[in-house]
Amino acid sequence: MASSIFTVTHKNGRKTRSLLAPFLFLTPGLIMVAIFIYYPVFKTANLSFQHFALFDQGHIFYNGWENFRGIFHDVHFHRIIQNTIIWVFVSLFFQLTIGFILALYLKSKFKFSGLYQGIIFIPWALSGFLMGLVWKWMFDDNLGVLNDILKNWGIIDKPIPWLSNPNWAMAAVIVANIWYGVTFFVIMILAALQGVPHEILEAAELDGCSRAQTLFRVIIPYIRPTLILIVLLRVIWITNFPDIIFGMTSGGPNQNTHILSSWLVQKVTYDQDWGSASALGLVMLAILFIFSIFYLLATRLEKDSEL
Amino acid sequence: MFLTSIRPVRETTKHFYYPHGNSTLENYRKLFSQYAFGTYMRNSFIVAFAASAFVIFIGMMGAYALARYRFKGKAQIMLVFLVTQMIPGLIALAPLYLLLSKVHLLNTLYALILCYVGGMIPFATVMLRGFLQRIPPELDEAALIDGCNRFTALFRVVFPVALPGIAATFIFSFVQCWNELFLAMVLIDSDGNKTFPVAERSFIGAYYIEWGGLAASVMIGIIPTVVMFALMSKFMISGLSAGIVKG
Repeated sequence: MASSIFTVTHKNGRKTRSLLAPFLFLTPGLIMVAIFIYYPVFKTANLSFQHFALFDQGHIFYNGWENFRGIFHDVHFHRIIQNTIIWVFVSLFFQLTIGFILALYLKSKFKFSGLYQGIIFIPWALSGFLMGLVWKWMFDDNLGVLNDILKNWGIIDKPIPWLSNPNWAMAAVIVANIWYGVTFFVIMILAALQGVPHEILEAAELDGCSRAQTLFRVIIPYIRPTLILIVLLRVIWITNFPDIIFGMTSGGPNQNTHILSSWLVQKVTYDQDWGSASALGLVMLAILFIFSIFYLLATRLEKDSEL
Repeated sequence: MFLTSIRPVRETTKHFYYPHGNSTLENYRKLFSQYAFGTYMRNSFIVAFAASAFVIFIGMMGAYALARYRFKGKAQIMLVFLVTQMIPGLIALAPLYLLLSKVHLLNTLYALILCYVGGMIPFATVMLRGFLQRIPPELDEAALIDGCNRFTALFRVVFPVALPGIAATFIFSFVQCWNELFLAMVLIDSDGNKTFPVAERSFIGAYYIEWGGLAASVMIGIIPTVVMFALMSKFMISGLSAGIVKG
């Protein structure tokens, strides 16, 4: 009987029996993850050493490190790395700051707070690719809102070609990404804030904490485990989030707004070179893996989790 | 701001459009008469809802184990979950296609549900674990003493208290599945099983984007996720503390 395995009644019995229980709880999740995530990755590792192009299916063969060499020697490689770093950290900084402030405001009840909440949550209900298209339309030279407003206010007299100037285009995709990602932080931080017990806040107030002190000394330490996790997840996701760039610029003009992941999309969809794309995927994986290890060591997540 | 992108009718190509007398609902009507958007929405809904429900169920069990037990290999299992978040989902397309064609699930909604569940579980588990950790263990210990087993303690006692976190995770997973484009594009071929985002993409040609139809479908597409959020926000707002204090 399964139930007898789960039954843990006494402290003495617990040590021996609970050895099995956590694994039973974890098994379904681990099986799904193994099949749908790890198996594909190993398959990819295999593909990355092959010449595997969909347009050239007759000639699939192992070509050693050729795919990796191609990536590192690509003329655009340095620009793409640089873009990726700017893209991730600028986006993250503004998303976190704006998201945190909005979450604090939304937590306090005020007139129409539900409505505000609704408005803030909308971006996140939309697909990134389509939002890329909507922003492309807004930044458009002729039919875009932005140039129209600037023109009406008399700030510019002829349209700025936002998306065809490499620097403007990079700024434009980052703005779109900030807008898109703020919601994630609002939701997660809001949920975390609602877990902060009233007693603690009341105690802080009784002890004469100012609002800033309450925020930095009480609230932030309390939700720190959640914060650390969502920041890490977010760094990884922003790195792996080509949708907006794909929708807005497709990496152009002349590959100037590519980040690693949108480059990967291009390799998959346009070039259809699965071997090279797999190799690039592995390179990204390695970069993120190393970053995460340093991040976790720096924030000492494990210490927090030993409750 | 982008609300304006709904109303532009046919004359979208010249200048920025300010709504006036000539706005119509033509674009919306076309979605359901000319295209089968009703079916696409149903497909998306089934996939997103089923996947999210499974994700929460499986994720809660995993999260509970990680939050409440100490055991050998716990750090490693956390790592197994965290590492998955770094994997660019796109590289899994080809292997998953090959895998699912072997078990003859290509072109079915099951294929999408399975892939989404697999993809969402690590995030959900880690996230739920964070929420569970802030619930005092005394709560489920009390439940165990009152005669629950671990499983019922989890779903009868801990689950309700953790609802805000669960709701957040559920909405998140639902929206992710709802908007997922690339897997759905590759795994689904037949028109009857297409999901919403894939269908939306048909408005984008190589040289020309049908802004009117696209904008209308975007507007329709956000309704379910917004409704979802409205339903769930009640649980998110209800707060944790009340339940705990009473217990």
